[in-house]
Amino acid sequence: MIAVKEYTVNVWKGQIPCRVKSAGQGPPVVFLHNAYGLVWDPFLDILAQHRTVYAPEHPGTTPGHPEAIKPLDNLWDLVLYYYELFDQLGLEAPAVVGHSFGGMVAAEVAATNPRRVSRLVLISPLGLWRDDAPVKNWMALAPEALVKAVFYDPEGPIATQFLALPDDPEAQGDAQLQRIWTLGCTGKFVWPIPDKGLKKRLHRIQAPTLLIWGRQDGLVPPIYAREFADRMANARVEVLDKAAHMPHLEQIATVSRLVQDFLQG
Amino acid sequence: MKISMFHLMPYRDLPADFEVRYHSVWVDPPWWELADAEKVGQYYNWTLDELIYAAQAGLDGICVNEHHQNAYGFMASPNLMGSILARATRGMEVAIVQMGSTLPTTNPPTRIAEEYAMLDGISGGRLVAGMPLGTSMDANLCYGISPMEQRERYYEAHDLILKAWQAKEIFAWNGKYYQLPMVNLWPRPIQQPHPPIWVPGLGSLSTWEFTAKQGHCYCYLSYYGSKQGQRVMDGFWEFVEARGLDPNPYRAGFLQLVVVSETDAQAEIDYEPHIRYFYKKCLHIAPEFYLAPGYLDYRSLENSLKKGFLKAQSEIREKVHHWQYKDFVENGLVIGGSPASVREQLEEAIKKLRVGNLMVLLHIGSMPHDLTLKNIELFGKEVLPPLRNLWDDQWENHWWPARLRGKRPPTPRSHP
Repeated sequence: MIAVKEYTVNVWKGQIPCRVKSAGQGPPVVFLHNAYGLVWDPFLDILAQHRTVYAPEHPGTTPGHPEAIKPLDNLWDLVLYYYELFDQLGLEAPAVVGHSFGGMVAAEVAATNPRRVSRLVLISPLGLWRDDAPVKNWMALAPEALVKAVFYDPEGPIATQFLALPDDPEAQGDAQLQRIWTLGCTGKFVWPIPDKGLKKRLHRIQAPTLLIWGRQDGLVPPIYAREFADRMANARVEVLDKAAHMPHLEQIATVSRLVQDFLQG
Repeated sequence: MKISMFHLMPYRDLPADFEVRYHSVWVDPPWWELADAEKVGQYYNWTLDELIYAAQAGLDGICVNEHHQNAYGFMASPNLMGSILARATRGMEVAIVQMGSTLPTTNPPTRIAEEYAMLDGISGGRLVAGMPLGTSMDANLCYGISPMEQRERYYEAHDLILKAWQAKEIFAWNGKYYQLPMVNLWPRPIQQPHPPIWVPGLGSLSTWEFTAKQGHCYCYLSYYGSKQGQRVMDGFWEFVEARGLDPNPYRAGFLQLVVVSETDAQAEIDYEPHIRYFYKKCLHIAPEFYLAPGYLDYRSLENSLKKGFLKAQSEIREKVHHWQYKDFVENGLVIGGSPASVREQLEEAIKKLRVGNLMVLLHIGSMPHDLTLKNIELFGKEVLPPLRNLWDDQWENHWWPARLRGKRPPTPRSHP
C-alpha cells in the first residue's frame, strides 16, 4: 500500500475544514467519492502510481466535523465550494474522476466553469433521470436490495467488505453513525430525485470525458451512459461486463487501465 | 386532567395476509390493490361520527392528525376533518385538538396559520394547535422534503406562524426556506395571544429543548404504552427540573391505547382481533423507510445509536407480532378490561408518567363502528369521570383553550 497523506484545508471563509487524502506523484487528479463516503481503496492506490491523487471528503463526512455541512445550502453552493477547494490546493485545471454522487458533482464542476477541469472521468454518475429507468433511492432501500443493485457479486468479498461493520459494539455504533450521517450530507443535494438540472448544463463541458459503467448496474442502469454521452461534445463510453454500480472495484484492472490510458491521452 | 379521544382513521379491512404479501403499510402499499374508495368514504364518515360521539360522551377533546400514503391512518388534510368537527360540536365544551398540520410540508406555512385561525373561529376559540415535525415517511418520502432540511424548515415555519398570528404590522419574511413579501394574516385566531401549542415528539433532546424554550406542551406519541414510555417521560421530567421549570403535569401529553368492555374477559373477546390487527398490520412499516439519513440531527442520531434506542424499537416491533391480548395488556401497550380495571390501570399510568393532557386511542385498527361506539360510551361514562379532577388541586392547564378550563360536571352530558 502506498503512503497516504492526510491534511486539512479551510474553505468557504474558513467555515468548512476539508480533509484531503493524497498520495502519488505526477499530474494532479481529484477523486470525488460516492454517497457512502471516501474509502482509500486499491483503485486509488493504482491511480496514485502515475498521478498525484487528491481525494477530498465531502463537507460533513469527516469524522469530528459533522457540522461542516451546514454552510452549504444547495448544489450551487457546493460547486462554488469545489472551485475554492481547487484554489486552496493550488489546482488550476486538474483531471477529475468522480463516482456516482461524486460523478454528478464532478460533471457540475466541469460544466459550470469549464476552464477548471482538464479531463473528466465519470464512473456511473448520478444526475440524470428517465421515468422508464428510474434511479433507485439508495437511501430508502433495504440492505439486501441495495447490495443486489450495487454489486455484480452481492455475496463476494467486495460486497461483504462494503457492508461490514466492526464487531466491537462501540466501534460499530461509530461506524453506523458515520455511514448514516455521510448519506445525509451527500443526500442533501440530491433528495428526493437525483436530477437537479444537470441535463441543461452538460453541453458546457469542454473537458474530454470518459464514461464508465457496469452493465449490471441495478442502481443507475447503463442506459444512462448514452444519456450523458449524447449531451456532450467530447465523450466516450465504456460499459463493462460483470460489474454493477462499482465497476472500479469489481473490474479494477480494466477500469484502472482505461482511466490511466485516458488521462495520459 | 384533560382526556381527549385520538383517532387515526385507518383502513379497517386490509387482507388477512397483508403483512406477509406487502412491503409496508406506509408509503408504498398499492391503493389500487388494497383499497375501495367507497369504503374509504364510509371510514371517513364513521371516524367523524365516532369523534363527535366521543365529544357527546364527555371526552374533553377530540384529536385528528396528518399522515400520507399510510393505510394505518390517512387524514391527509387534518384540517378538513377538524373543520367538520368544529362545526358539529358548536356550543359544546370540547377542544378541537389538531395533532396536527405537519409544518415542513406545507408551503407557505402561513396556510397553516390561516387554517388554524379558521378552525379557532368556527369552533369559537376551542382549537389546540398541534405542530408536528412530521415523520420521515410523510415528509421525506411522500412529500419530497430533504431530510437534512426538515428540522430547520420546521423551526422557521413555527416562527413565521407565530409572528403571522400576532404581528400588528404588515411584514416581509425573508427566511432561508420561505420568502413572503407582505404578510398580513386574515383571519386571526380568537385565542390570545395564540391557541395553545402542542408539539409531538419521540424522545429527542432537541424537541424537549424546543418545547421548553417556547413554552409549549410536549406530547410523547408512541403506540407502545405507558410502561415503555416511562423511561422517556422520566427523562423529560428530569430535563424540566434541570431547567428550573415547574413540574406542571399539563406540560406533558401522552397517547395510550384503551379498550373497555363489561368485564375483563369480555374485553379480550371484543378487542383482541383488532389489537392484533393494529400491531401486525398497521405497524408493518418497512424499516428502511423509518429514518431517512439526515432526518435525525447528528446529536440525536449519536444518542439513539449509543443508547440502543433504534435497536430496541425494532426488537419490540418484532416481538409484538406474536403476542396475544394478555401480552399487550400485561406489558402496558394496551390498557384494557372492565371499567374498574381500566380506571385503575389508567390512573396509575397517569400518575407515574405525570401527564396532564392525555390522549386515548379508542378506535384501534379494524374495530368496527358499533364496537367503537361501545368503547367510547363505556370510557366516557364509566372511566373518565373519576379521573377528571386529577392534578387540578395544584396545577392550571395553560395548554388548553381558556374558555374550556372550567371544572366539568362529574357526570357527562346526556347524548342521543
